[in-house]
Amino acid sequence: MRRVLVQAEDFDPGSELAALGTLGSGGVASFVGHVRGGDGLVAMTLEHYPAMTARALDTLAGEAEARWPLDGVTLIHRVGRLAPGDRIVFVGTASRHRAAALEACSFLIDRLKTDAPFWKKEEFAAGRSAWVEARSSDDAAARRWD
Amino acid sequence: MASVTLLYFARIREQIGLAEEQRELPGGIATVRDLMAWLAGMDERYERAFAEPEKLRCAIDQVMSPLDAATDGAEEIAFFPPVTGG
Repeated sequence: MRRVLVQAEDFDPGSELAALGTLGSGGVASFVGHVRGGDGLVAMTLEHYPAMTARALDTLAGEAEARWPLDGVTLIHRVGRLAPGDRIVFVGTASRHRAAALEACSFLIDRLKTDAPFWKKEEFAAGRSAWVEARSSDDAAARRWD
Repeated sequence: MASVTLLYFARIREQIGLAEEQRELPGGIATVRDLMAWLAGMDERYERAFAEPEKLRCAIDQVMSPLDAATDGAEEIAFFPPVTGG
């Protein structure tokens, strides 16, 4: 099973995990990313490249399936304006082997951060806003899977 | 002359003031890097957006590509800062 979604709407991690669980693999791993609050953050807007985003996520899911024995992969990424604490991203994997499920999940979130065309702009109090800068630690995390 | 759709995202879109445009590329442009240098000469908005090519990323026909990639045959070329999703 491969489920890849890019959407403005929220998602329900519980039902996504349940769907992966029903595959009968025995092991399900997941990661849920939320908007990090603090420093006066009011909101965050996620921009993306619609014609490319789904394809980039689909390619990543395919790479994970080729590297690990997975029965299921779910990738959901939200776009648009989100508030601190809101869910942004869901990565879920199902496998008969727990190491495969956990490693594939880690691979997917690391590579999603460097390979998928999303950009975050943060809004602060008093109308100030700023684009989030890419971090070299994210590049390093993605490269360890090369 | 080859016609190509250029897309700009995030900070680059704001700096240029456009999300998308159609351009006829003159001869002499072989790579994305050549295209960036040509665009930088348009006006001061483009000059600012393309001032540091190494800090930008590009996709040719929706596939991430190095700046040395050939532009020949491309229908859509997108420019953007390093991605920050997840």
